[in-house]
Amino acid sequence: MSAHTLLNIDGHLVRVKAGSSVAAALRVAGGMGVARTSVTGQKRAPFCGMGVCQECRVLIDGRRRLACQTVCAEGMRVETTG
Amino acid sequence: MDADVIVIGAGIVGAACAQALAQAGRRVLVLDARIGGATGAGMGHLVVMDDNAAELELSRHSVAQWRELAPRMSEDCAYSACGTLWIAANDEEMAEAERKQQRLRAHGIDSRLLDARELANAEPALRKGLAGALEVPGDGILYAPNAARWLLAQATDSVRVEHAKVEAIEDDGALSLADGSHRTAPQIVLANGIQATTLCPELPIRPKKGHLLITDRYPGTVHHQLVELGYVTSAHHSDGDSVAFNVQPRPTGQLLVGSSRQFDTTDPAVEAPMLARMLQRTLDYLPGLANLNAVRSWTGMRAASPDGLPLLGKHPWREKLWLAVGHEGLGVTTAPGSAHLLAALMTDATPDFDATPYAPRGLRETA
Ligand SMILES: Cc1cc2nc3c(=O)[nH]c(=O)nc-3n(C[C@H](O)[C@H](O)[C@H](O)COP(=O)(O)OP(=O)(O)OC[C@H]3O[C@@H](n4cnc5c(N)ncnc54)[C@H](O)[C@@H]3O)c2cc1C
Ligand code: FES
Repeated sequence: MSAHTLLNIDGHLVRVKAGSSVAAALRVAGGMGVARTSVTGQKRAPFCGMGVCQECRVLIDGRRRLACQTVCAEGMRVETTG
Repeated sequence: MDADVIVIGAGIVGAACAQALAQAGRRVLVLDARIGGATGAGMGHLVVMDDNAAELELSRHSVAQWRELAPRMSEDCAYSACGTLWIAANDEEMAEAERKQQRLRAHGIDSRLLDARELANAEPALRKGLAGALEVPGDGILYAPNAARWLLAQATDSVRVEHAKVEAIEDDGALSLADGSHRTAPQIVLANGIQATTLCPELPIRPKKGHLLITDRYPGTVHHQLVELGYVTSAHHSDGDSVAFNVQPRPTGQLLVGSSRQFDTTDPAVEAPMLARMLQRTLDYLPGLANLNAVRSWTGMRAASPDGLPLLGKHPWREKLWLAVGHEGLGVTTAPGSAHLLAALMTDATPDFDATPYAPRGLRETA
């Protein structure tokens, strides 16, 4: 098994350590690791890291999932504009 | 400010009472313990209910008042004129939809019957094979905690809110607060929801627990507040647990999913078996829900009276005390009508409709 995983976040290829969560990949991809935007336009990032706060919702391969509860897989497509 | 009236409770009912009393020229002090209640937990469906004449009169009057207030309400009250679709699963329920339409029509409430095809066009996310629906376009929804705050802010000169817990109502009507101080006024309104029995144990009020769940944002999935017509039979059993299909489209695009009813528990915990039953019922009507993400679930306690009608009026034997309690699952809807009635009774004015069906009843003498 390769030590790294390559995934696609909002159209950019991102390489992370194998076994990383998507939440970690969001940080690697840039800045604060923004996952979503609230109805009032606020940027929201993973907060609790354990599946409770629901602030890390992203589209993963077309389905809305929690970034902190999802392990990166090769070729995964993540969208933060959902 | 010396108050003419003290209102205990700043939920939607207490807020509406304070506002109506201020409009009638009274100076109002609102005391709220900030322990929260049903207003922060419920669905905020503004719905005309027609189980009996008194409920129909109160809800009709109230929904009309909300519609009048809506254009002035702040945006965060999230009022939406989405209307209700009462869903008929089979021909028997379709016949009930027709009877419901006749009852509503007799009281001047606009509604429209949809056949199976019209229903499928109106709400494509519903499962195929439903018989039809009755659409009540005048119904709406709002976000009750913000609506309560907004109501209180309408009369800042004559309504003051103090965050304090009332510990006891003395025999002379004076209120003892948790910090040891006292408050008194010529008239007191008890509007503290399910907590009413802690101050007046004689009130015939029982908690009726409900579960709710909200999804992530999926705009355009559902357009009306959707309620199964079977709701009428399941929601009004006075005993036993029940669930009914009830989904609300929030203006954010989220779906708010209800509803369950359980008696004789005050445990606020989310119970997985009850939540599962409720969601199974929802999936019977809205199969696509299975692919959506839920973000939260919670519970709330409705303050149920034996006959389902609120208790509005003077307490029969307690000095100075007026009651605005027992609104069960309809208190957001009926807050304005309840407040109108109570304020009229308290100021010797004539209410717009008959107050007798809601007069305090069923109170037990306690030691
Ligand atoms: C699951 C669920 C779904 C519902 N759905 C709907 C719906 O779709 N449509 C609808 O119309 N209604 C609905 N309801 C019902 C509605 O929410 C209630 O009827 C309504 O909110 C009751 O308001 P209230 O002001 O009487 O009480 P509450 O909202 O309970 O307010 C009581 C207030 O009193 C305060 N208080 C309590 N004790 C004291 C004390 N000792 N001293 C000072 N303050 C005190 C509390 O802090 C609280 O603010 C629902 C309820 C539930 C639980
Ligand atoms: S970070 Fe809180 S649920 Fe994922």
